Amino acid sequence: MKIGVCAKVTVDADARIKVNPQGTGIALDGVKLGISDYDEYAVEESIRIKEAHGGEIVSFTVGATSDDKLLRGGVLALGVDRSVLITESPADPLGVATLLAASVRKEEVEVVLTGKSTIDEQNFQVGTMLAELLGWAHVTQVTALTFEGNAFTATRNMDAGVQQVVTGTLPAVISCEDGLNTVRYAKLPAIMKAKKKPMDKVTAADLGADAGDARLSQANMAPPAARPAGRIIEGDAATAARELIRLLRDEAKVL
Amino acid sequence: MSGILVLCEHSNGAFAATASELLGKAATLGGTVSAAVLGDAPAATLGGFGAAHVYVAAGDFTPHNGAAVTDALAAIIRQVDPDIVLAPASYVARDTFPRLTARFDGAMASDCSDLRVDAGKLVARRPTFAGRVEVDVTLQARPALATVRPNSFPRPDSNGESAEVTQVAWEATTPGVKVVEVLAPKTGGIELSTADRVVAGGRALKSAENFDSVMRALGEAMGAGVGASRAATDAGYAAHSEQIGQTGQAVSPSLYIAAGISGAIQHLAGMRTSKVIVAINKDPDAPIFQHATYGIVADLFDVVPALTEEFRKGQ
Repeated sequence: MKIGVCAKVTVDADARIKVNPQGTGIALDGVKLGISDYDEYAVEESIRIKEAHGGEIVSFTVGATSDDKLLRGGVLALGVDRSVLITESPADPLGVATLLAASVRKEEVEVVLTGKSTIDEQNFQVGTMLAELLGWAHVTQVTALTFEGNAFTATRNMDAGVQQVVTGTLPAVISCEDGLNTVRYAKLPAIMKAKKKPMDKVTAADLGADAGDARLSQANMAPPAARPAGRIIEGDAATAARELIRLLRDEAKVL
Repeated sequence: MSGILVLCEHSNGAFAATASELLGKAATLGGTVSAAVLGDAPAATLGGFGAAHVYVAAGDFTPHNGAAVTDALAAIIRQVDPDIVLAPASYVARDTFPRLTARFDGAMASDCSDLRVDAGKLVARRPTFAGRVEVDVTLQARPALATVRPNSFPRPDSNGESAEVTQVAWEATTPGVKVVEVLAPKTGGIELSTADRVVAGGRALKSAENFDSVMRALGEAMGAGVGASRAATDAGYAAHSEQIGQTGQAVSPSLYIAAGISGAIQHLAGMRTSKVIVAINKDPDAPIFQHATYGIVADLFDVVPALTEEFRKGQ
């Protein structure tokens, strides 16, 4: 099976972040970057599929400033065979999906795995848009995935703690949820070997694609307003419980 | 603004609270407000919340059929030709709105907490970077699609008016998947993302048994949705689908009670917009107390059962 996997380079989940002077985004200079957490599940799953069924894995990354080293260490060293880095930074998810779709078509993969969202912008859009542009089926927020030939069975997380088991046939885009797998870490020999794995850097023009004009623009980025200082309720458990309920009822008026 | 279309979700014909919430908000944005309803529901009653017109697509959308929802909504959007399309930030919208955005070459803002119209364009306020910042997103393309976090706006009462209802025909063209099994939740089925009350437990619960006997008991006594921190779901005390936080669900209830949760950024991302936050933790330095409206510094195994008892008595 030829497997595609999307891997975005984002601000690391634990990095300290600062809004840029224009208020349009996060200042990226000196900030720790990494592969988006959910995309790491997608990368891991692609490797597990290859281990079970054989095939080749191609990763897709969109981002003009995406770091080669991160892609080698965080994608190729884990077991992805080849990396395609699209050196463009579209202003919106549909622009990203448009470039991905062009690259995916060119590579003729049968399945694309993505994270359910990226941990920076958290739009939950690109994977599903990619499926639409390709004319493929999609399943989002997947926590279990198996293949038999070109048929697959996936478990997806819905609202209210409900899960559904669905079946479908390839080609498809699958978005990966927390709990799908436990990601592996690269071993040193694999990291060395990854330095020699192919990485294709392509532009939108190379792909014959156009991300289009910006469909979204951002402004006024700021930390959320601080909450007013709270109050500590004293007393033993039973007293504190009674006092809490009184405050929730009479002061906060939420009961 | 020439028109706003609102997806009004329902469960077996009972409209979700987000229907009145979004219709009410749409009425403040200017322009004609229409509603989209998929399947069998008392569509005309949405007139009571300000929908001038309701467009209904008949079909089988339950259990969730993303391909059918996409095609049916696409037909309604084609007929109405709205400037703005709104939906609650539910699984259904999350699974289908990006497809519709791509199909109509529009723009989309996800999980918004506020909406306004500025110079004829929709501007959505939304949390991003795990809720550590918020940003105004201007949707420059038409149609502008947005999903809105439940409990973001007041929910008007019905004025009793009736809307005109139009049936819209649609054709299945999108490749989809087939639901073969629905796995029921452990939580008693209170939808976390729309729940008005949520209780959540953390690593300090120490076991799945404790989680059930302490947190689920409180949830049941309060009629609250039950969630958990990532530490608790990773440890297997609760299901992954019950996780609240950056890598789980976002909730915004009137009342959020966190027990044995330290308050990592990852967790705060999923609940910091709750109206009232109660923190119960043994550690007085736990970061959660900086975000709490009310805090109790004590062992959750003492306080939570006492609270459960009080709620039971109050019923």
